[in-house]
Amino acid sequence: MSNILDFTLVDLVEKIKKKDLSSKEITKAYVERSEKSKKLNTYITDDFKNALKKADNFDSKPDFNKKLPGIPIAVKDLFCTKNLRTTAGSKILENFIPTYESTVTNNIWNEGGILLGKLNCDEFAMGSSNETSFFGNVQSPVGEKLVPGGSSGGSASALRAKLTPATIGTDTGGSIRQPASFTGIVGLKPTYGSCSRYGIVAFASSLDQAGPMTQDVKDCSLLLSVISSYDNNDSTSINFKRGDYLKKLSKSIKGKKIGIPKEYRVEGMPKEIEDLWQKGITIAKEAGAEILDISLPNTNYALPAYYIVAPAEASSNLARYDGVKYGFRSKGKNLIDMYEKTRSEGFGNEVKRRIMIGTYVLSSGYYDAYYLKAQKVRRLIKNDFDEVYKKVDAILTPSTPSSAFKIGEKTNDPVSMYLNDIFTVPINLAGLPAISIPAGHDEKGYPLGLQIIGKAFDEQNILNIAYSLEEEINFKNKIDDWWM
Amino acid sequence: MTIDLKTVKKISKLARISVDSEKAKKLENDLNSIFEFIEKLNQLDTSKSEPLTSVVDAKLQLRKDEIKSKNIRDQILKNSPDKNKDFFVVPKVVE
Repeated sequence: MSNILDFTLVDLVEKIKKKDLSSKEITKAYVERSEKSKKLNTYITDDFKNALKKADNFDSKPDFNKKLPGIPIAVKDLFCTKNLRTTAGSKILENFIPTYESTVTNNIWNEGGILLGKLNCDEFAMGSSNETSFFGNVQSPVGEKLVPGGSSGGSASALRAKLTPATIGTDTGGSIRQPASFTGIVGLKPTYGSCSRYGIVAFASSLDQAGPMTQDVKDCSLLLSVISSYDNNDSTSINFKRGDYLKKLSKSIKGKKIGIPKEYRVEGMPKEIEDLWQKGITIAKEAGAEILDISLPNTNYALPAYYIVAPAEASSNLARYDGVKYGFRSKGKNLIDMYEKTRSEGFGNEVKRRIMIGTYVLSSGYYDAYYLKAQKVRRLIKNDFDEVYKKVDAILTPSTPSSAFKIGEKTNDPVSMYLNDIFTVPINLAGLPAISIPAGHDEKGYPLGLQIIGKAFDEQNILNIAYSLEEEINFKNKIDDWWM
Repeated sequence: MTIDLKTVKKISKLARISVDSEKAKKLENDLNSIFEFIEKLNQLDTSKSEPLTSVVDAKLQLRKDEIKSKNIRDQILKNSPDKNKDFFVVPKVVE
């Protein structure tokens, strides 16, 4: 029999349903490997004991009609989990125990999933390398001292290292797709409004979306079907008919029109990424898709606009951390002094930097010049997409302008760190769905991803294209368990 | 446009984050390099563009304001940084 840890999520569901494997066997395998993988620092809080208990419970009264029957799953520590510490990677929430469950995680448990634990991430999901977490940086299973990307770096690392069969992250500007690309896994950011934001620690509310991070496209389709739901508790949740993405998954992309935006050919992009992109185009063509050159003229302005919009929303969202009702508190001479010291000591440097940017662009006298300007630019970026989607069904680009870098390499230069998200940010600004799939390697052997961007609510289409490309690409990247 | 130390101090006051002189200097540098990058937006004519607040066209969904969680007072107070079991406590505000 092959190793439990080598099965995909879809395989495991099948094995459980056929009673080839029990929930306990699977859960135990993941718990044991997670215990041996502490060096990666993927978990902030584990719930292994409870997970094993829940697995036993499942096995004694199994319900095979569930979509994730008895499957253990670890999640990013940005999702509130009832009665289990939720930190968002921050000191300010170091001891926070939610009294309620996020809708997205609740959907997973309702379908039979079992919580393994909470995975490391950049503080408040602000970062592209998982180096801003109060709980320390995460190492990538791809290589020692290599960043897994961020902000869902713990999720990417844990999945790639086989510490969980699937996971979920959140994506505000690329936080699912960039780490997916860096670690050689599949990551999807759904259309804004697909997955409820209820119970997710807020960063930038008009951009945040939860999404699956998985071993392959089939797993991604299954997990998306589980987490995507209309929710009354999120006023921006959209009530549209959600399909069974796995059931409808198809490799047939004949006649699909795929756009190649010339603006994504940026200066200084490594040749391997250009080659990889070309490879993707060739494969799509051979599968019967029609390739069209397109233009998204305002692409260059997406990142600067994002660095106004996202910090502005963050400065407002993070105003709640004042040391009064929950979270860390520092002693102060008076109330104001207490607020100021609490926030100064409770937040890390990147979070403080972004709160300051946000406060500044929203402050009297600067609002029009920055915030309003950025919102107008955001409109132009969305218009670019609306315009090309009259001609094409999807867009193919690289996921990131480079491969993973070493820990510490970019921490002193915030702008160079921000540039990691140059290909992913426009999609969040326009609220569109996009998937990153592993597609090749650079000269150092580090994984590289391709991104497929879809029309709003057209997740099925990008999953199908990804599924078709995935087979031809046949991505192989061996992990040698260097940390064990 | 440059952000000087005085502005850094002012923003930190507005954001309720205390900043010592050394950190303020570092922030001044960081914020200037970030805003230099952001200023690129000025090259773009947006006079004919309406601001986009939300990508969701539909009206925000409203729901009835109903009490769903009951008897969680103790649980909520447990998260309070002050040990008092009955109230949220803050430093004295009235002299």
